[in-house]
Amino acid sequence: MSREAQHHFEVLVVGGGPAGMAAAARAAECGVRVGIVDDNLGLGGQIWRGESGDRRKTEASKWAERVRTSGVNALCGLRVVHQPEPGVLLAEGLNGCCELTYEKLVLATGARERFLPFPGWTLPNVMGAGGLQAMVKCGLPIKGKRVVVAGTGPLLLAVAAYLHKHGVQIPVICEQANWSDLARFGLALLASPGKIVQGVVLKRDLAGVPFAANSWPLAAHGHQNLQSVTISRAGKSENIPCDYLACGFHLVSNIELPLLLGCAVDDNCVQVDDLQMTTVSSVFCAGEPTSIGGVDLALIEGQIAGLAAAGRTIEAEAWFVARQRARRFARLLDRTFPLRSELRSLPLSETIVCRCEDVSYSRLRQYSSWRAAKLHTRCGMGPCQGRVCGPATQFLFNWNPDSVRPPVFPARVETLAAIAGPVQLPHSEVIGGQ
Amino acid sequence: MSNPTYDVVVVGAGIVGAACADELSRRGLRVAVVDRDVIGSGATAAGMGHIVVMDDSDAQFALTRYSQQLWQELRHELPDDVEFEQCGTIWVAADEEEMIEVRRKQDYYGKRGVPTEVLDPTALQSLEPNLRSGLAGGLLVPEDGVLYPPCAARFLIERAQQRGATLRLDISVAQIGLGQVRLTDGTEISAKIIVNAVGAWAADLTPGIEIKKRKGHLVITDRYPGFVRHQLVELGYLKSAHSVSGDSVAFNVQPRRTGQILIGSSRQYGADHKEVDSSMLVRMLQRAQEYMPGLAHMSTVRTWTGFRAATPDKLPLIGPWVNTTGDKSIFLATGHEGLGITTSLATARVLVDQITGTKPEIPIEPYLPSRTAKEYAHA
Amino acid sequence: MLSQDTVTVTINGAPVAVPSGATVAVAIVLAGQACRTSVSGEARGPLCGMGICFECRVVVDGKLHCRSCQLLCEPGMQVSTEN
Repeated sequence: MSREAQHHFEVLVVGGGPAGMAAAARAAECGVRVGIVDDNLGLGGQIWRGESGDRRKTEASKWAERVRTSGVNALCGLRVVHQPEPGVLLAEGLNGCCELTYEKLVLATGARERFLPFPGWTLPNVMGAGGLQAMVKCGLPIKGKRVVVAGTGPLLLAVAAYLHKHGVQIPVICEQANWSDLARFGLALLASPGKIVQGVVLKRDLAGVPFAANSWPLAAHGHQNLQSVTISRAGKSENIPCDYLACGFHLVSNIELPLLLGCAVDDNCVQVDDLQMTTVSSVFCAGEPTSIGGVDLALIEGQIAGLAAAGRTIEAEAWFVARQRARRFARLLDRTFPLRSELRSLPLSETIVCRCEDVSYSRLRQYSSWRAAKLHTRCGMGPCQGRVCGPATQFLFNWNPDSVRPPVFPARVETLAAIAGPVQLPHSEVIGGQ
Repeated sequence: MSNPTYDVVVVGAGIVGAACADELSRRGLRVAVVDRDVIGSGATAAGMGHIVVMDDSDAQFALTRYSQQLWQELRHELPDDVEFEQCGTIWVAADEEEMIEVRRKQDYYGKRGVPTEVLDPTALQSLEPNLRSGLAGGLLVPEDGVLYPPCAARFLIERAQQRGATLRLDISVAQIGLGQVRLTDGTEISAKIIVNAVGAWAADLTPGIEIKKRKGHLVITDRYPGFVRHQLVELGYLKSAHSVSGDSVAFNVQPRRTGQILIGSSRQYGADHKEVDSSMLVRMLQRAQEYMPGLAHMSTVRTWTGFRAATPDKLPLIGPWVNTTGDKSIFLATGHEGLGITTSLATARVLVDQITGTKPEIPIEPYLPSRTAKEYAHA
Repeated sequence: MLSQDTVTVTINGAPVAVPSGATVAVAIVLAGQACRTSVSGEARGPLCGMGICFECRVVVDGKLHCRSCQLLCEPGMQVSTEN
């Protein structure tokens, strides 16, 4: 089969979260033909999932409006899987695949949660913190349910506040960071006016919800699904009955596509210059893949990348100071939420670490590299392609990840076999009118 | 640094090196195995793990048949993660010309005690309903099988270690010769015999060996149990494997015990980099879809490449390396192209027979390295 | 935002009504079912909620390996657990 459709853009943005939307809108506002591609059903990425159509004037809806009115071509429900030749990306949707070509590319592939294994973590109703929030946004009724929120990072507070607003009982928020790091985080945030407001709002939204630092999950219990969680708090174990455990240990950057394209990466972050350009010419990167830094930084980096991709260097440079300020928050995040060593001792011998292939901790422990473990146990060879077990084993065993090969996301045989054809079909998957 | 002395050092912990270490230790020799990476990291990691009798030549048949029977004897000792399955091979014929080849193979195998069954289109369809209709038939070879090679190599190495063999991984060899293996960390290992079982890089270790890298691609799908039951290979595969130059693809599909489907195969000369070649991938997958249209909608999880070690006459090099210096310490066990997994056990027997002066079970002249060194005087 | 209308899908043979706009993963969790059985026989449900963990895979209208957290419920969909 031939690739069903071919789209050419002057600027192509991969990833429809805040960074991608900002890049796309800015570039399109310069009069350039822009496309944005995302595998979700609508734009917004993770943090703005379902909010683009919000009638209130939120940041998300403002950017969605800018994307719409600037004439960006939104291609939703499409996942980039391969680069068959330089300058060409192959993307797959539910019903076909298409070829995307570009003059400039902006990678805004975002981040995902880091999951760490502990006994019982594979029980149904144990989900990521962002994971449970996404499920609620997608229709999961949650009012009146008991949810323990655990792990690390500001995402926990944001998720807890969201759940609380939706009528959830939260017995406790367990943050593994220690009190002094958190206090320093709080104080440092006082330096940012925007963050003070956010902090005040959060405090109000979380009124009455117990918060424990130096606290982490020890085990999840249940028969066919979750019934209770044992946590460590103040050095003691406590068992808490609950309906869901929302547990995530901060974020890891989605750098698979940048790696496939040959972008240099340092410490799991894509290297970019002042104009957000990677080491591959014509390829820019913005948002979480350059460093986990939150929405504000993502929006600024996205705008710089979009302007730079559209050739508007001077306008891009106008954002450098703002980016500098926002990067301070990113560095603060790094310092405040490092993972403590106790988390390495959570898994028992039989605790499953690779969920796709059910490989246990004891089987993995004997290998000295990711590659050896993969080859001999199949860890990382499942459909998640190491997205869940990779960061976990990196933390547990200090293993370095492997090189990336296509497809960067599971793709159908017919997609990888599709040839570039002269056929241009008029239709394309444009869902996502917000 | 201390200089431990061994009877044999095997360089290369792939399936061939592992089999050699296992056999050497079984016969009471003191063995060390050295590899620059992990066990089974080269073609062993990349290949399909197909155990198959082949009949390109009598010598190839002899070695593959001997080895297949050795795998059969070993199968009940293999741990679960080696995933040995006697699923059989079906050589698929697309047209009458290929059916002539089917009947020739049946005759050849029949005369040599290898059971086969000629399949007409109906029989082929009933054994493999997901093959497209309109094929001419095929040849079923029920004694062929598949396994997962890295775990097989590990099993063999562990057996050798249980008998006292030592293993050093993650260390490269700088030089071998005159009974010495010098590692890149400066260590030297003394041994009466050094076996070059390094595979595609054999000529880097022993300059002058005629080994060329023959790159291959593979794709593995998510789990679709029952879609394919046998290893399926198109008869056109033989044209691909035969050609001594050029890039080619052939339909070659394998059911794994997990229910995943392994899709191959491709051959390229002169491609030295391990990156996946998109155009080869397209050709290979299109070929596969031609034979099994149902593959089109399947989710693929990984693609990868590997390098086979190819010799000019398509037979491996097993035996003493002959060269002008008169160094008698180097033996070769390499050059297996696409038959490394199959012939690893027989290679080990043939090699160790020569080392210990035991009469081999099959004639070994076709595999001797000296066959290629006609211009060197025999010592 | 999700509407007040409902959509009915079938999960392992039993009808489940969900708000229109809900994903198949939500329907499965509401039905108290697991999405799939793992390699070693464990019941599994959604983990990441964003389509990368593959724990939410189900068979939808005969098609294997559908990530239910990325799929909207359509009236009459037949969903079953993956083994």
